[in-house]
Amino acid sequence: MLEIEDLTVEFGTVARPFRAVDTVSFGVAEGEVVGIVGESGSGKSVSSLAVMGLVDYPGRVSATRIGFAGNDLKALSNRERRHIVGKDIAMIFQEPMTSLNPCYTVGFQIMEALRIHIGGTRRSRRERTVELLAQVGIPDPGARISNFPHQLSGGMNQRVMIAMAIACNPRLLIADEPTTALDVTIQAQIMELLISLQREHGMALLLITHDLAVVAEVAQRVVIMYAGQVVETGPIPEIFQSPRHPYTAALLDALPERAKAHEPLNTIPGVVPGPFDRPQGCLLSPRCRFATDHCHATQPAFGGTPDRRVRCHTPLGHDGLPT
Amino acid sequence: MSAFIVRRLLLIIPTFIGVSLLAFTLIHLIPGDPIDLIAGERSVSDERRAALEIQFGLDKSLPEQYLVYMTNVLRGDLGQSIVTRTGVLGEFFARFPATIELSILAMLFAIVVGLPLGILAGVRRGSTVDHVTMGVALTGYSMPIFWWALLLIFLSSVTLGWTPVSGRISLLYFFDQVTGFMLIDALLSGQRGAFASALHHLVLPAIVLGTIPLAVIARMTRSAMIEVLSDDYIRTARAKGVSPFGVVGIHALRNALIPVVTVIGLQVGILLAGAILTETIFAWPGIGKWMVDSITRRDYPVIQGGILLIASTVILVNLTVDVLYGVINPRIRHAD
Repeated sequence: MLEIEDLTVEFGTVARPFRAVDTVSFGVAEGEVVGIVGESGSGKSVSSLAVMGLVDYPGRVSATRIGFAGNDLKALSNRERRHIVGKDIAMIFQEPMTSLNPCYTVGFQIMEALRIHIGGTRRSRRERTVELLAQVGIPDPGARISNFPHQLSGGMNQRVMIAMAIACNPRLLIADEPTTALDVTIQAQIMELLISLQREHGMALLLITHDLAVVAEVAQRVVIMYAGQVVETGPIPEIFQSPRHPYTAALLDALPERAKAHEPLNTIPGVVPGPFDRPQGCLLSPRCRFATDHCHATQPAFGGTPDRRVRCHTPLGHDGLPT
Repeated sequence: MSAFIVRRLLLIIPTFIGVSLLAFTLIHLIPGDPIDLIAGERSVSDERRAALEIQFGLDKSLPEQYLVYMTNVLRGDLGQSIVTRTGVLGEFFARFPATIELSILAMLFAIVVGLPLGILAGVRRGSTVDHVTMGVALTGYSMPIFWWALLLIFLSSVTLGWTPVSGRISLLYFFDQVTGFMLIDALLSGQRGAFASALHHLVLPAIVLGTIPLAVIARMTRSAMIEVLSDDYIRTARAKGVSPFGVVGIHALRNALIPVVTVIGLQVGILLAGAILTETIFAWPGIGKWMVDSITRRDYPVIQGGILLIASTVILVNLTVDVLYGVINPRIRHAD
């Protein structure tokens, strides 16, 4: 349903551009849960903002195709795009406390989405909003509807954001680290809510996170990003059983669940390259323990089968060693 | 909200005491003896001088004089003008409507022009519109009022003959003042063309007086707009599919207005200060001109009372602005 091909987002000057997102390609099928995993600054959020058309000047978006349900979002005018964005594709963000407008009631902000995309009478919108608030587990929705965001907790505000996102029954919900800013106990509740809503409505869910464990639990497929590039994509069981990219393997090794008792957790040495110290060859080469001279010199292509793609000169085999 | 208003009302008391103390001390810092002034060219005998001192309470110590003055003020007695021998309060209210009328028009001009310009400059940051608007705003802000007024009079009144040079209405019209507001009185008089003439006379002074507030409002709106537009909820609104017009007009503007309203309130003080120059240049019979005339005549009770009344006006306007602030910003409203 969502097909992204060679999506690139550049910041900085034309003469010295910085690629925050570098020829990213992946897809999300109808009703599927896909996780995008990567460190901070790996381009996870920017790619999804680009899909929504929310990358602003000085950011430059280019792509061969951003297909959604038969439309090419790249080819649509802004006006046409707004009929899809917010209705068929909705998005929730990391910081629920700042993502809602402090000057309007939560009810107004949900009803606004309904007014733009669905229409109907003021009364029907209000009824639907109360219904939505109840659906996302907000107690006493009839009263909460006239609350301002600052009167609600972070978890409640994130529920409001979710209610707003699902108001028009979207076919795809993009959740950009929806639980990062919340308490640990609330995190699980919000995640459960998202998954149950996804199943109920049969909508696709694109879950952006840096938590592989969460992705393993809820997603069918995963997209691993590093320094603006997709390094590996594939179905969850396969990726977890035999990662083909050294970065994926290193991420999995760093999971506390996989650590041996009384031993320090595995870490990946070094840091993600910044705008000014990008290596010439494979972006992971300075941190990769399998890197060869070839890796340091030339960038690998994004190869493999459509179902299981990997960006590596020497993808790992089932034994965890380069082929 | 009501607790917020009560708290703000209580804050008025110390402010008012401060202003009155300042006005009182300043007057007494000015060299010269009021009795000499009352006497004028005539020489007065020592007995007459002593009698006058007792009559005006000048024989008492300064703190005592202040207390007596403030007691009278609280009773609504601001003393008498030395020159005209009429009550200060009455003189003030006879002239106040002219100043209010001018200030309201000036503020309207500043808001109606400044706000949209600021929004446009903020939304199109870095564009030609932005640079031109901010350049003009800076020029307007830096222009001395009297110079700007004379330039405009020269251009619009003398060269082009578009606007009258001074006064509130053409001499052709004569009617009783009912409200003191020339525009309203002109309408009430039912005389043809009176309203148009009054408005015609207001245009130039209002533009002159409104220029600095306009510049300040435009600049403040621009920076508030730029800040607000980078907030997370703007991204949320756009992700919802809100049109660019709705994003700016509904989501950004309301938040950007919070600092702008404060600035508009603060401009009222500047407006009254500017009125002194503007009214003098345009021979506008308001409190600005009244104060200038009183200062040249050394009419101490009028100066002192005038300062107190103008300061009270500013305090009241700022109170209104603070309440309005609560209306716009729900976080203030619920702060109790």
